[in-house]
Amino acid sequence: MTSLTLGLPSKGRLMEQAAETLELAGYTLERGGSERGYRGVLKGIEGVEVAFLSAGEIAQSLRDGKIDLGITGEDLLYEKSDPAENLVSVLAPFEFGFARVVVAVPECWLDVASMADLDEVSENFYVAHGRRLRVATKYPNLTRRFFAEKGVTGYRTVESLGATEGAPAAGTAEIIVDITTTGSTLAANHLKVLDDGIILSSRAVLAANRGILLDFRAIEFQKKFTK
Amino acid sequence: MAGKSKAEREALEKQNAAIMAVFERAGFDYIAPDIIQPADIFLERSGEDIRARTFVFTDPSGAEMCLRPDLTVPACRYHLSHADKPGDEARYCYLGQAFRFPNERLSPQEFSQAGLEWFAAPDPAAAEARILKLTISALEATGLTKFRVTLGDLGLFSALLEDTPMPKRWRSRLQHHFWRPHAFREVLDGFTSGRAAKRTSISPWVDRLVTEQPEDVVASTIEALHLPLVGLRSIAEIAARLADKAADRSEPRLPQKNADAITGYLEIVERADNLEGHLNRMEPTRNFNAARRYFQTRLAEMEELGLNPKRFEFRATFGRELEYYTGFVFQIDVETEDGFVVVAGGGRYDNLLADMGSPVPVSAVGCAIHTERLMAVLA
Repeated sequence: MTSLTLGLPSKGRLMEQAAETLELAGYTLERGGSERGYRGVLKGIEGVEVAFLSAGEIAQSLRDGKIDLGITGEDLLYEKSDPAENLVSVLAPFEFGFARVVVAVPECWLDVASMADLDEVSENFYVAHGRRLRVATKYPNLTRRFFAEKGVTGYRTVESLGATEGAPAAGTAEIIVDITTTGSTLAANHLKVLDDGIILSSRAVLAANRGILLDFRAIEFQKKFTK
Repeated sequence: MAGKSKAEREALEKQNAAIMAVFERAGFDYIAPDIIQPADIFLERSGEDIRARTFVFTDPSGAEMCLRPDLTVPACRYHLSHADKPGDEARYCYLGQAFRFPNERLSPQEFSQAGLEWFAAPDPAAAEARILKLTISALEATGLTKFRVTLGDLGLFSALLEDTPMPKRWRSRLQHHFWRPHAFREVLDGFTSGRAAKRTSISPWVDRLVTEQPEDVVASTIEALHLPLVGLRSIAEIAARLADKAADRSEPRLPQKNADAITGYLEIVERADNLEGHLNRMEPTRNFNAARRYFQTRLAEMEELGLNPKRFEFRATFGRELEYYTGFVFQIDVETEDGFVVVAGGGRYDNLLADMGSPVPVSAVGCAIHTERLMAVLA
């Protein structure tokens, strides 16, 4: 029997909560192996190896089929793979890792409440400034899909690798798409979320590559975590 | 499949030579626009669909470049850098590769496109008919016999809006949403139902405009809340849009009959030579009448060139998804076992050269043939 690989977050709060959840369900996590610290085994189920990766790598590897199962945030999962492609399936949602991916604009834009406003502003902006509105984000795909769905086209995304909320103040972008839990970071940077600017209400999930959905271990996990 | 075999390459070259012979014989200069282009022009002028599908990279100096996702913009750049005066008439044809991330079947990463661009033609209606005629002649020269021709005319729609009584900003909002049916419907419904009055998170500021000046409201709020003015828009820009919002509230609703005329027009699907009869049912108005006459002139030019408009279908919504077109549009597709495949398309795009920096407005009409798709449907 071939082993399945389960990707788990390698650090932070997400790692702790994922480990806790597995233990509550009766599994034990054993770190070790030759690449000490980066590989492990899950006890309590047959043939499940563990790979410790960053949450983003888990989402990407699930899509590419480099790992079979993984615990990560929906934000990253849907950023790395379009739900329409149907390459990755959510087996079970968890009660942690809650956050929202939102569209936020400068608070001083008193004339902008909705995505429809943003669409109009983007047109005026192009006329007044001779270029497109820039959206700083580490979620270019979520941004593209959401903006297309809302009919907003006059923008371009600017890749942001950290401190996205600082981009408008730094002058590298006008608006942002970012993840937020309490909204306090956005408020501190004088950014406001649009009335209809919630792209995704995300949480941590157990997800699987499409290829192993019928594997008995996938089925067992799904039962355990969705009661 | 990775690459073309000798036989496949030769077959494609032979087909494309037949196309280019038609174009050159018609007096179009065969040019070779650059493959590598500054990314900005594409990223700033194209729709998001093309943007997301363009291969962008950074050159050693740090400039953002791209592989051309189509040849129209490169041909415009060629014209702007080669023509003595950009406003002088020029006729170009080209054959070359374009590059896009695939998003559907029959849409490979790199494909070759043959096309025409006619800048500053003296007689617009004749030029449009001629471009359509040459596209069809080129397709026929490759052996294509069965195909469907769809026509559209964004000029008719613009004229209809122009003649409908409403504020200018409403008109431009409808223009802007024209190619997104869902959003268009919503905006139009908003105008007839007075939905602009719906409360949102910015309504309190719009309220204040009843007694205060827009710039004062914006400036005093920003000061009172200690908001930094980030995001590049000036207080004047923000105030101007806030004033539009306030104006929307007191604007009389768009009469239902006008909205019905617009949606009624957009539902038209008709044999091109029957369009005039169909439009007779609509209330005659000034700009719309002129646009109708122009459509008829173009049909007459087509007949003059030996085309038969009875075989063409007019669809009022056609041209919606093609952002830079401004007037006449056409598309040619071929029925296959897997449905219709678009092999060629074109139309008028009068704003692109000015948008790209031409000091004078330059009218433009052109076409593009997707040569690999053509090859596939001919097989």
